[in-house]
Amino acid sequence: MTNTISVHGLRKRYGDVQAVDGVSFEVAEGEFFGILGPNGAGKTTTLEIVEGLREADEGEVELLGLKPWPRNSRLLPRIGVQLQATSFFERLTAREQLRTFGSLYGVSARKADEMLETVGLTEKADERVEKLSGGQAQRLSIACALVHDPELVFLDEPTAALDPQARRNLWDVLRAINTEGRTIVLTTHYMDEAEVLCDRVAIMDRGQILRLGPPAALVRGLDAPTRVSVASGVLAAEDARRLPGVDEVTDDGVSLIVETRDPSSVVAALSAKDALDGVQIRGATLEDVFLELTGREYRA
Amino acid sequence: MSNFASFKSLSRALFLGFRRDRGALFFTILFPLLFLVIFGGVFGKQSTGKVEVVEIGAVPVLDQAVAHDASGDLRKTVKLSRNDDRAAALKKVGKGDADAAVEQSGGKIVVHYSGADQVKSGVVQAVVQQVANSANLAATGRPPTYTVDGQRVEDKSIKGINFFTPSLLGWALASAGMFGASQTLVLWRTKGLLRRLRLAPVPIPTVFGARVVVSLGIALFQLAVFLLVAQLPFFGLKLQNAWWMSIPLVICGVLTFLSLGMLVGAWAKTQETAQTVTQLIVLPMAFLGGSFFPLDYAPKWMQVLSYVFPLRYLNEGMLNVMARGLGPTSALPQMAILLGIAVVAGGIAARLFRWDAT
Ligand SMILES: Nc1ncnc2c1ncn2[C@@H]1O[C@H](COP(=O)(O)OP(=O)(O)O)[C@@H](O)[C@H]1O
Ligand SMILES: [Mg+2]
Repeated sequence: MTNTISVHGLRKRYGDVQAVDGVSFEVAEGEFFGILGPNGAGKTTTLEIVEGLREADEGEVELLGLKPWPRNSRLLPRIGVQLQATSFFERLTAREQLRTFGSLYGVSARKADEMLETVGLTEKADERVEKLSGGQAQRLSIACALVHDPELVFLDEPTAALDPQARRNLWDVLRAINTEGRTIVLTTHYMDEAEVLCDRVAIMDRGQILRLGPPAALVRGLDAPTRVSVASGVLAAEDARRLPGVDEVTDDGVSLIVETRDPSSVVAALSAKDALDGVQIRGATLEDVFLELTGREYRA
Repeated sequence: MSNFASFKSLSRALFLGFRRDRGALFFTILFPLLFLVIFGGVFGKQSTGKVEVVEIGAVPVLDQAVAHDASGDLRKTVKLSRNDDRAAALKKVGKGDADAAVEQSGGKIVVHYSGADQVKSGVVQAVVQQVANSANLAATGRPPTYTVDGQRVEDKSIKGINFFTPSLLGWALASAGMFGASQTLVLWRTKGLLRRLRLAPVPIPTVFGARVVVSLGIALFQLAVFLLVAQLPFFGLKLQNAWWMSIPLVICGVLTFLSLGMLVGAWAKTQETAQTVTQLIVLPMAFLGGSFFPLDYAPKWMQVLSYVFPLRYLNEGMLNVMARGLGPTSALPQMAILLGIAVVAGGIAARLFRWDAT
């Protein structure tokens, strides 16, 4: 099977900033691929080079077997793009906006209206784009990317301006589109979003991909401790340290946190001491992966 | 997918965007109309005063009459100038730049006048006749039996409205075209719409073509509004035979101003810059290109300077077919110049064009 996207050795420099510094990855057909990283990591630059909006200083990109640079009009109808900054024709309503974009791809007005419904903007159909909230504008922008049923969809921080409820709704939309067999590439700085949505994630920082793989595998591959916490006071910290399999214990006055690589023994021991009040068990997340890889706390 | 369908829907979208923009509507349609009403209403009614007479060579009869014009009546009525080139003098009359040309050889005085302006040509003939009669009388050495009290004739020929309609329209078109194009281009670039369109399978000429067509439509609407308003009895514009040449002229003019606007928009990084620079071009151009007062009355340096402004050619062509009553071909040189400027400015704009703000 050929890859839908193959990227090899991308580099891009802006003045003193090496925005992308040797990025390679491949995305298979139907895959949901995420690029995760803090602001300034180089996600947008990478994505825009792949889409054909920017020219790489170095490296190769192929989409669906075609080169995106220079502007390739055979490729354009097959890809859908939502850029990080929403951009619309001025003073059109949401419906007119989507119909206009649709018409650029030969999509009927009816089809465009259906897409408005898909992203949940039917009620705002007659609202001017300038009057939409950040989240609504974002959804309209995504609708513009999807209106022509592209095989390959690029979304740059699609949920950035959304409230939690809207984010979850959008996740559903994206999952449904992916289930139809479309390939999706999205960038995000939300760890949970990458974990929940993506088949594979590339963790990016300072222009480089630090690690690439399915989120669960990345977390598992990490030798990171599980944190078991109970209400502060149910057990003294010294006692907790003597439990089997304990690496480290901290008590911040609210919770007693036990770090362990053997959570089942710790929980069993706590249970034996009848010290399970308010117990919470938190496994490693992509955040820990990032910390491990960069030595820095993850701050989006 | 059909480019034409894209073109149509883009045009529609852009037109809706314009129609809903109150600021643009005001500055494109109402504001110039306001000027027309003020200028046309205040200055339009005013007669242009003196008749202009060109002397071909020496015309002693007239010169003496003016020299001995004790009451000053003659000088109030006639503005004399001299041009020894007979053909040039006659051409001036033909174009309406002078009301008559007079030549004298011995006892014979010939008055050349244009039939286009009957009132003024009547005035000229009457004045010259009167001067000749006085001279004849003086030659007999007898005192006059009858005296004539010279009354200024209220001439209604070249009304200001004939000037203001085409030239204020020229200013309105220049302003709308340049601001429209430069603002659109900068806005689309800074807001990222250009890069988004770059990723849509629509040829960029189609996008800009739609923008141009919408501007042309708006300009022709401006023309129609101006012509209709100016023809109201209050203003009293009379359409000349070749007035319809104003349509292709307007199209050429709009293409020129759009190109210039694109040039500014391609160069300017921010909307503020584009706006300021456009204003710095449009306003002087309107003044010095002859939109607010006739260049004929302007000092020489101003007339010379006017040639650098594209608006001058639009105004000149429009005046030829709408005020001077010249034939349709009289606007062709101006149209050619306008298109030439459009091509050059458009070419430079294309070279400066950037998709991205950064
Ligand atoms: N057009 C540009 N000009 C100059 N520097 C840029 C430009 N775009 C991005 N950068 C810089 O490149 C780096 C990566 O940016 P970007 O790709 O936008 O990261 P992300 O999308 O992960 O936040 C940042 O340091 C940013 O400041
Ligand atoms: Mg980004």
